[in-house]
Amino acid sequence: MQFDPVFAESDLILNGIMLTIVLSASAIVLGCTLAVLLVALRTLAGRWAGYVVDAYVELMRNTPFLIQLFMIFFGLPLLGIRMSGVEAALLTMTLNLGAYSTEIIRAGVDSIHRSQFEAGVSLALSRRQVFQYVVLQPAFARVWPALSSQFVLMMLASSICSFISVQELSGAAAIVEQRTFRSFETYIIVTAVYLVMALSLKVFLLWLGRKLFPQVSGLARLDSKAEAA
Amino acid sequence: MQTFGWPEAMFIFRAAGWTLLLTAISFVIGSLLGGAFAIMRLSRIKLVRNFAAGYILVIQSIPVLMVLFMSYYGLSIIGIELPPFFAASASLAVYVSAYLAEIWRGSIESVPFQQWEASASLAHTPAQTYRYVILPQAVRISLPPTVGFLVQLVKNTSIVSVVGFVELSRAGQLVNNATFQAFQVFSLVAVIYFAICFPLSRLSRHLEKVMNASRSH
Repeated sequence: MQFDPVFAESDLILNGIMLTIVLSASAIVLGCTLAVLLVALRTLAGRWAGYVVDAYVELMRNTPFLIQLFMIFFGLPLLGIRMSGVEAALLTMTLNLGAYSTEIIRAGVDSIHRSQFEAGVSLALSRRQVFQYVVLQPAFARVWPALSSQFVLMMLASSICSFISVQELSGAAAIVEQRTFRSFETYIIVTAVYLVMALSLKVFLLWLGRKLFPQVSGLARLDSKAEAA
Repeated sequence: MQTFGWPEAMFIFRAAGWTLLLTAISFVIGSLLGGAFAIMRLSRIKLVRNFAAGYILVIQSIPVLMVLFMSYYGLSIIGIELPPFFAASASLAVYVSAYLAEIWRGSIESVPFQQWEASASLAHTPAQTYRYVILPQAVRISLPPTVGFLVQLVKNTSIVSVVGFVELSRAGQLVNNATFQAFQVFSLVAVIYFAICFPLSRLSRHLEKVMNASRSH
């Protein structure tokens, strides 16, 4: 095995890593925003809005990411909407992650007891305030672990964007492979990079969860102490 | 230039059969491997336990695409040239094994500890304990998430089109390259995937209710 030719192309791989990070981070932020909006729509707006949101979620969850990507990259130009590969990748990742996050956050919202709504209303909070402070924040805190693993899965799935020749990490790997003819060496290195990225993201999300929802992690700690006692 | 008509649609339908076959084979091999890793993960021997934990962590932390490339090029470097179908099934099986191992480990662990003790006090060997006491209970708990994972597997078979195996997604790509009617072609492909996955998703949700998995003992 010869790794030198692959290391000679490290610029390409570094750019790929950057693009993977940028794509994943943007998709996580945009996808979460989309999910919160959809959950709000489902909770606050009428029954029909709920059906539309449900249909969207089921459609995205039961078709492959690759086909969604193809639909947006090859299909939308036929309707006159032209996009670069990176834009199509970001849009697909956002829509896909948005659907999964909607489902996860909805489960969190459902787990908030009805009396909490009523308590919020009786404190003269507006509907929006009740949703934001009484429902959404505790719901987010409860489903944060599930949401975190979905984010990691999305980061890993971003490798599929190389199918429409986006040069994120695995797209860059394909180019390095063509230039050096060192397939196995290239993919060993890239796989190791993905491994490091996924583990770092997991650790980061764990840390972020503790920062964002300190009261919940505190409560969890109290719970485990009570159980131990 | 071809237009998208019946012959093209039939080509796509036939390719859906390959997707199902690929799913079935990789699920069977993957579940055998995954079962072994689940039991290894719970072994009393630390080395075995750590090995299984490491395997699961690594496979779950790399993209399926990389599992595919690694097994494809890894095997060819040691001189084994597998036909695309076998290379694809093998790498999907590796992917399946890591996720099922984790699902099943959780299910086995959620069988109360007293069941192990009761079985041991009846002088069961570890194999008998698994066979007659633990697994029958663990299977009930594991069924809904396992079916749920099957949906992920069906969707992820789309990735093996990259090694040139013609399953549903690859067929869609080929027809699209010939007809340039991306919307119709990929709509049909998406509908077929949906028709396979949606009933499975529903089944998983239904089993969750029927099996009453959240029941506390």
